[in-house]
Amino acid sequence: MIEVENLTKHYGQHVALDGITFAVGHGEVVGFLGPNGAGKSTTMRILTTFLAATSGSVHIGGDCVFERPNQVRSRIGYMPENNPLPIDLRARDYLVFRAQLKHLSKDMATKRVDEVVEQCGISNEENRYIGQLSRGYRQRVGMADALLANPELIILDEPTSGLDPNQVRSVRSLIRKLAGKHTVLISSHILSEIEMTCDRVIILHEGKLLASGEMNKLISKSNSKVVAEIRAPLIDIKNWVNEIALEDSELIEQKNGYVRCQFSGTKNNDAREQIFATVNERGWELRELSRHTPSLEDLFVSLTNGKEGNR
Amino acid sequence: MNIFRALIRRELSMFFQGPTGFIIISAVLFLISLGFLVVLYGLNGEATPMPVTQIFYETYFFWLILLLIAPAITMRSFAMERASGTYESLMTAPVGDWQVVLSKFTGALIFYMILWTPLLVCSIVVRFYVGESAVLGFGTMFTTSMGILMIGSLYVSIGCFASALTQNQAVAAVGSFAIGAALFFTGFFSYFSGDRTDFFSLLARHISLANHMESFTRGILDLGAIIFFLSLTSLFLYLTHKVVESRRWK
Repeated sequence: MIEVENLTKHYGQHVALDGITFAVGHGEVVGFLGPNGAGKSTTMRILTTFLAATSGSVHIGGDCVFERPNQVRSRIGYMPENNPLPIDLRARDYLVFRAQLKHLSKDMATKRVDEVVEQCGISNEENRYIGQLSRGYRQRVGMADALLANPELIILDEPTSGLDPNQVRSVRSLIRKLAGKHTVLISSHILSEIEMTCDRVIILHEGKLLASGEMNKLISKSNSKVVAEIRAPLIDIKNWVNEIALEDSELIEQKNGYVRCQFSGTKNNDAREQIFATVNERGWELRELSRHTPSLEDLFVSLTNGKEGNR
Repeated sequence: MNIFRALIRRELSMFFQGPTGFIIISAVLFLISLGFLVVLYGLNGEATPMPVTQIFYETYFFWLILLLIAPAITMRSFAMERASGTYESLMTAPVGDWQVVLSKFTGALIFYMILWTPLLVCSIVVRFYVGESAVLGFGTMFTTSMGILMIGSLYVSIGCFASALTQNQAVAAVGSFAIGAALFFTGFFSYFSGDRTDFFSLLARHISLANHMESFTRGILDLGAIIFFLSLTSLFLYLTHKVVESRRWK
């Protein structure tokens, strides 16, 4: 659906995107992740034909975005950053106007507007002026606009920014429902967001592509961690750790005699059985034994910090 | 065509959804009424050799409306959409750059022509009481409207161009006023040049909006003037399109 090759964008001296290459297949929900200023919005603007790239090529559904912008635009439903909407129109009138711009016939426009209003849960508010709507409802109007023409590709730039937790949850479930029928590209710097909605993630940092791939694989590449809380003298525990040869250990003394032992490093993924057996052998008390898979957040921090360290 | 109509309707709705359109309408209504008073005063005396439209045109109000109102109408067309960000959703919908430029131009021009309708009412009142076609024939009324339309399209296209250059409405208004006033006052050099036939005197006479408009108000459809206005309008629309397109230059 999307093929991006060697995409570079300069704003004067500033390099916003530096040779990015990625591809997105049909029906995938892909998250675009990066700190502010990483180049997420610039990439989206180039994909949606709003801006031209300095060099590189972008094809959407086989059409080049620079040479056939109108074909590309009719394939895309796009909600720009901050979801700009005209405040002087009623929500429904705005959607009808947008439907006309997207080449829907009059009957089709009415039908589709009814459907997206229902789908995005704005039935009760459709006749209010957009200027009077709360931020959550405006966001839904923006989403409804993106869905109007039933596009193959939906691009949402930070769809949940500024929403309260309930609204975030409803937007998230809406995005999940789109999977399969549409290809969805969403950007965010909120990691839990992407973690919950996307199959794949593309991580950008300072205009460069840091990582791209399926969420699970990316996460499993980075280390998971085993934690055990044991009641025993610290000295004994140190000896025990050396004995069972677990690497990258970190021992923290807790209240009432417990010691929290954290073992990181790929080899320790399934060290829990060994830990339980040896602790039991010694007759120590064990109050916690757990394995923590790293979140996207850990992955993100390790990737971006690594980069910053290299500068 | 459907899209074009939707875009124009949207442009017009922007004037009437808020107070802006009505403020502009009242200002123009005030100026036209002042002009109308001057016309009535002129008719009150002896028989005049001039058509009424020409008397009206010779008042300052006509040019005041032209120089001030076009920037006020067009300053928002691109600048406001850019500032609010709706420009991005507009330009990523499957519409062409030309469709956007022409719809903004046409919308503003329609609103501009609506502003002049009180003048039509005034003219009909005068015609009804005078009842003499030499003073105000339908022919002169038609050519005067043509003149207003021609000058209007030029000034509206200048306004669209200035508005496309910036996202600040005030800058857009001042810019289009500056270009419009420069064009208008350059034409006045033709008064100083007299009968001279050197290049600059001829040029000044050719771009004198006042001269062109005067022939329209006398009931003359001057083909040269029409070509002059249409070509300048096209030039500014072309420049506007280039500015709109420039975001996609590499």
